[in-house]
Amino acid sequence: MPHDALAGTGVTIRTADPSDAVAGVQPKWVALPESTEEVAALLRAAAEHDLAVTPVGGGTKLDWGPPPERCDLLIDLCCMNEILEHAAGDLVVRVQAGTTFESLNQQLSTENQELALDIPVPGTTVGGLLATALSGPRRFRYGTPRDLVIGITVVLADGTTAHSGGKVVKNVAGYDLGKLFTGSYGTLGIITEAAFRLHPLPPTRKWVTATYPTPEQNDSPADYATLIGALVTQLAASQAEPSAIELNWSAVSPGYTMSVLLEGTAAPSRAAAIQHAMTNLEISGIEASSGNNPALGLLSRPEITDNPPEWWGDLPDGGILMEIRVPPGSIGPVLRDVASASMSGHVLRGSAASGVLHLAVPDETHLTAIARLRDQVEGIGGRLVVVSGAGNGVDRWGTIGALDLMKRVKARFDPDRRLSPGRFVGGI
Amino acid sequence: MTDLLAGRLREVLPDEAVITDPVRLRTYECDGLTYHRATPGVVVLPETAEQIAAVVRLCQEFRVPFVARGSGTGLSGGALPRSDGVLIVTSRMRRVLSIDLANRRAVVEPGVTNLAITEAVREAGYYYAPDPSSQQICSIGGNVAENSGGAHCLKYGFTVNHVLGLELVTPDGDIVELSEMDAGYDLLGAFIGSEGTLGIATKITVRLSRAPAAVTTMLAAFTTIEGGGRAVSAIIGAGIVPAAIEMMDALAIEAAEAAVRCEYPAGAGAVLVVELDGPEAEVDLQFAEVDRICREAGAFEIRVAASAEERAAIWKGRKSAFAAVGRISPAYIVQDGVVPRTALPEVLAGIDRLQEEFGIRVANVFHAGDGNLHPLVLFDDAVAGEGERAELVSGRILDLCIEYGGSITGEHGVGVDKSRYMPRMFTDEDLDTMQLVRCAFDVGNLSNPGKVFPTPRLCGEIPRVRKEPHPYEAELF
Repeated sequence: MPHDALAGTGVTIRTADPSDAVAGVQPKWVALPESTEEVAALLRAAAEHDLAVTPVGGGTKLDWGPPPERCDLLIDLCCMNEILEHAAGDLVVRVQAGTTFESLNQQLSTENQELALDIPVPGTTVGGLLATALSGPRRFRYGTPRDLVIGITVVLADGTTAHSGGKVVKNVAGYDLGKLFTGSYGTLGIITEAAFRLHPLPPTRKWVTATYPTPEQNDSPADYATLIGALVTQLAASQAEPSAIELNWSAVSPGYTMSVLLEGTAAPSRAAAIQHAMTNLEISGIEASSGNNPALGLLSRPEITDNPPEWWGDLPDGGILMEIRVPPGSIGPVLRDVASASMSGHVLRGSAASGVLHLAVPDETHLTAIARLRDQVEGIGGRLVVVSGAGNGVDRWGTIGALDLMKRVKARFDPDRRLSPGRFVGGI
Repeated sequence: MTDLLAGRLREVLPDEAVITDPVRLRTYECDGLTYHRATPGVVVLPETAEQIAAVVRLCQEFRVPFVARGSGTGLSGGALPRSDGVLIVTSRMRRVLSIDLANRRAVVEPGVTNLAITEAVREAGYYYAPDPSSQQICSIGGNVAENSGGAHCLKYGFTVNHVLGLELVTPDGDIVELSEMDAGYDLLGAFIGSEGTLGIATKITVRLSRAPAAVTTMLAAFTTIEGGGRAVSAIIGAGIVPAAIEMMDALAIEAAEAAVRCEYPAGAGAVLVVELDGPEAEVDLQFAEVDRICREAGAFEIRVAASAEERAAIWKGRKSAFAAVGRISPAYIVQDGVVPRTALPEVLAGIDRLQEEFGIRVANVFHAGDGNLHPLVLFDDAVAGEGERAELVSGRILDLCIEYGGSITGEHGVGVDKSRYMPRMFTDEDLDTMQLVRCAFDVGNLSNPGKVFPTPRLCGEIPRVRKEPHPYEAELF
């Protein structure tokens, strides 16, 4: 019997309940392994009995993505929460996948170091952040999880344990499975350990925040979307080197709020330079004295603070959550397209300088507008992905260039389709 | 001699783009790793992705291997041709297709040199960050294949962190786009650094970086390599991430002096080149700290470049180090290994012991900030047995790197040179898992076979039933 085989691994197994559901699909059992070896034993048992498996870390994003075609066993990595090695002198950490991002960074801060990612979902584990490739404001400076992961241990569907990379930052030996598994949503294998490149904690952080009017808040016919886009481009090219340039615009907020983060030893003077640029816009092609200058209509003048605005780094709340990615110089068109979609109750927020924004809308009454918005976004070389909150009839992923290759990779790693089947792009 | 394949290649390429003349073929017999040589069966010089796709499809039809080559500067034999195969040279694909400063990106063909990208955008205040020492001639396509680094990757990362999208010809001969925009698996990340085993990049979208406001380059001379090592640890410990921290030992300095008269301080047992860049105020503060740290660690002379010329002068010795050892030794092996930075003293002591044990000199040049060693193992190929001893020392250095938790290659790649060391770093299960990726892309094992992986591993299924005689028997070339 499957349950006996699972119990025979010696791993704690419990019967699943509705709170364990993966996007609405309730598994039969939940296993709580404590080591990579135990994960491997579980997957071997699952393979013998053709059990479908989904890994879970903090359980914070189980409702992201489509539901699995089937799910017999949830492998909960919460017990694998050990920091295996923090080599502070090497700026490297090795950690088990069930460690939460918060507890990891708390430990690292004792050595004045950090994993330089901003994880927008509290309680996210290292495995979860890798599996979903989460990132936040500072991706503009430090990149995303795939840029900071330097080694990975995974267990494949048949119980094979594999490593790639290592614990040195510079390393080109063999294929980089860490990148392949980052963002793979548990469909290729189960991440059990990872090593990351760390950064020193910056001694100072300063935020410069200002709010610019949206068109409906200003009587002038100025094209504020274009102006904001141009401002983002200008700030992103600033030699004051901001770490993040975030934008927040909701139906209830007073306008487009832009907040810029400066980190490092000279953060105050650099923040002053950014403040100046955000006040006295010198955007090429736009007359400073004309009515088109948003500085004239500033709803709040740029202010330098030691703390971020309260929305900083959070995903917008709402029924349907989407991620919009565009070339970073194309924020203006996105703002215009979102405005013209007239989605009441929307919140648009994210890393303007990286061209990655999240959009939340209350419910599915906006599906037609979303489809149109996707066409517009793809038209400027971007993508719109529905992250969560949409029903099964919704196309979540949009255009994907190399789907056939992705399917071939899946077929090699999980030929029997037992790892989170159906949870990923193109039915993978 | 039957010329079946060459004839078919001439149907899809201009006549002069197919080389079969044995003398001309020999000019392609090796890349930067000159002691592995093979005369390619045929060389093609395509100008478009469609032509490469047509060549690859012919290779599939004839079941012959193909190898891509850019400028041929690689140091691991990744572009070593196959005498039974086709060498696809991208040197005619040298167009910068677009530069888009608003979106901070450029689209280039694979034969464009690394430095040409920076030159195209320098006046606008931008540059392409990865800077391998060969950047004046190495191609961006080769950089993608090898995931090239360079002195400044300590702060700015590698090729994989700066490539936003690729058009590639798959081993099946399909033209496919990989983009960071797309949802789905990060095949872009998996492809970069796969050393030509997953296909051939035909169009590359790179990120352009804004030039920093200030750059300070300093050279610190120490009497001992330990002093330099202490300085490196203290700089990192102070929370400073310099753009680059490079170190050279006495023998490497001697070689550079002989070759390019870099005029590094006399009597130095080690020199450290530290480059800081960023906003002016930040660089000033960091410079003061690095200066203090170096003096405390025993630096007896510190020079600071006051101009671009002086900066170039400081870098001159470092950048010429590989070639320079030719001045002090008839032959040498360039090694490329990585250790955790904190293990550098032990590993350097281990290399010293190897020098004594085998009577072989090793000059050390390294990217100290990220523990990437480039020991130059010197030998005289006219002395019987010395080459073998040098090879042994070179291998033992890699063993040291693995022992201390490092890697057998930081930036030169595995290629043909180090595939035999892969099992020392990875288990069979690791290698079999990597092989799953290769099989997804290249089921017939025709895309640069024999590189990266130690032994031919099959994909567990026969791609098609062969009806024709085996191509080798049919004398294709």
